[in-house]
Amino acid sequence: MVEQILTVTALTEEIKDLLEGTFDLVWVEGEISNLRRPASGHTYFSLKDDRAQIRAVWFKPFPGARVTLSARRHALELEEGMSVVCRGRISLYASRGEYQIIVDSIEPRGIGALQRAFEQLKARLGAEGLFDDRHKKAIPFLPSRIGVITSPTGAVIRDILHVTKRRFASVSLLIAPVRVQGVEAPLEIVQAIRDMTAMENLDVLILARGGGSLEDLASFNDEAVARAIFACPIPVISAVGHETDYTIADFTADLRAPTPSAAAELVVPFRDDLIKTLFDLRRRLIRSQIHISVMLSRQVTSLRERLKDPRRLVEDYRLALDDYGERMRIRMRQQRANCNDHLRHLHIRLTQASPRTRHRQIRFTLESLFKNMVAAMRQRIEDSRRILMNDMSLLESLSPLAVLRRGYSITLRPQTGEVVRTASNVRDGEELMILLAKGQLTASVKSRLEDDTAAPFQNLHLGKKRDGERDGIDSKLDLPKG
Amino acid sequence: MAKDKFEDTLNRLEEIVKKMESGDLPLEDSLKAFEEGIKLSRICAKKLDESERRVEVLLKQDGKLTAAPFSDED
Repeated sequence: MVEQILTVTALTEEIKDLLEGTFDLVWVEGEISNLRRPASGHTYFSLKDDRAQIRAVWFKPFPGARVTLSARRHALELEEGMSVVCRGRISLYASRGEYQIIVDSIEPRGIGALQRAFEQLKARLGAEGLFDDRHKKAIPFLPSRIGVITSPTGAVIRDILHVTKRRFASVSLLIAPVRVQGVEAPLEIVQAIRDMTAMENLDVLILARGGGSLEDLASFNDEAVARAIFACPIPVISAVGHETDYTIADFTADLRAPTPSAAAELVVPFRDDLIKTLFDLRRRLIRSQIHISVMLSRQVTSLRERLKDPRRLVEDYRLALDDYGERMRIRMRQQRANCNDHLRHLHIRLTQASPRTRHRQIRFTLESLFKNMVAAMRQRIEDSRRILMNDMSLLESLSPLAVLRRGYSITLRPQTGEVVRTASNVRDGEELMILLAKGQLTASVKSRLEDDTAAPFQNLHLGKKRDGERDGIDSKLDLPKG
Repeated sequence: MAKDKFEDTLNRLEEIVKKMESGDLPLEDSLKAFEEGIKLSRICAKKLDESERRVEVLLKQDGKLTAAPFSDED
């Protein structure tokens, strides 16, 4: 051996390389002591067993690093004296010459190891395809005989017996008694599965156990058991009384039941339900047959009825034809009557609106107006005549002739026709014309009395009439008569 | 494995019933179907009625497997 002097640093470096290279990832189980949590947030403790101890540090996670919930939970639950399994790497802290384990996960002891084994086995068998659905065998609908692998004592077998009897009393069972926990259990279970396979007339196997801790269920997480289940030609139902956690047996079995009772229910149908179903199907079958028969016989009857003598067909057609003809005639009559009514109505309206009527009215009006006019005209003429007669009699009363008739006379100068009103206007010997009521006289003035007095009238004889000369005056004053 | 067929028998019976209920079957076929349906229903009924329940326990004696009555029931 060559003596070689090393520096502390060099030696430490070599030890460090050696340690860290060799124990890159280790699982260590021990008890926690000297637990410290300084302000840094890291956790320091020692792992020890009855003969040794090792320093450990559990760094708090880097900010932002993903932290599993379990790691966080365990970090909080760490206690002095707690038995744990740590996973980590060995590290040497050179400046103090101390080595320690840098922990990256901690689990309580016991469960941790089992859980790890479970996960590993599950991953391995899963990768092998033991859990694949394509390998799952169908569970028979109505098994005649059920193999039950379980403890022959206790609640599990009682539950299974009870449920199967209740649902379908005639289903038989074959029980393979095994221990379901302890070191012997897996082997017994494997053997029982093989024994059952050797038996005849078994339609399905139930592998059952009551609930328990992970340790208690160890035999159901056993690889040999899983492989035996997988290899079993009879469909296997696993029924470990643990609602939430699955065992390897659960994954491998053809069907997983949450409890033994549930397994019994899954594998055994209710006899009453089946009888009811069967009865119902039978009833429907019979009813259908009756229905079909009735339908067919109705069809035959109907067809027979439709098979007629062609002559009857002709008669039918004739009747129908006659009927249609009659209906058509009635309809046409109605229609014609309707048309006539309409036409008449229109004619009346047309007549009322005729120009001849209007013409007649106008002529009537015209005649009436004409009559009125003629009547008015006559009236007017009559009125005029009456006025004229009045005027004539008035005129007559005012006429100088009337005065003459009363005995007066008019003296005129014959040359001029001038009426002589005063005596002084005439000369003696002048010839004057005197107009009388009848006839005229030519006289010569003998004398004149120029006095205003009317003495002569005092002796005037007012005789009414004088004879002669009347005709001559009448003829000169010939007035028209009405 | 006769019981294994119970479900098949029942399914077959149901098929027949449905076919008949659809009314598509010609008379001869429907009569055949009816006969078969009745036969199947008898088989099913027989299976439902048959055999006493036996509860046994598997024993191994001198390397030989035997089924012995299970005494613990009820």
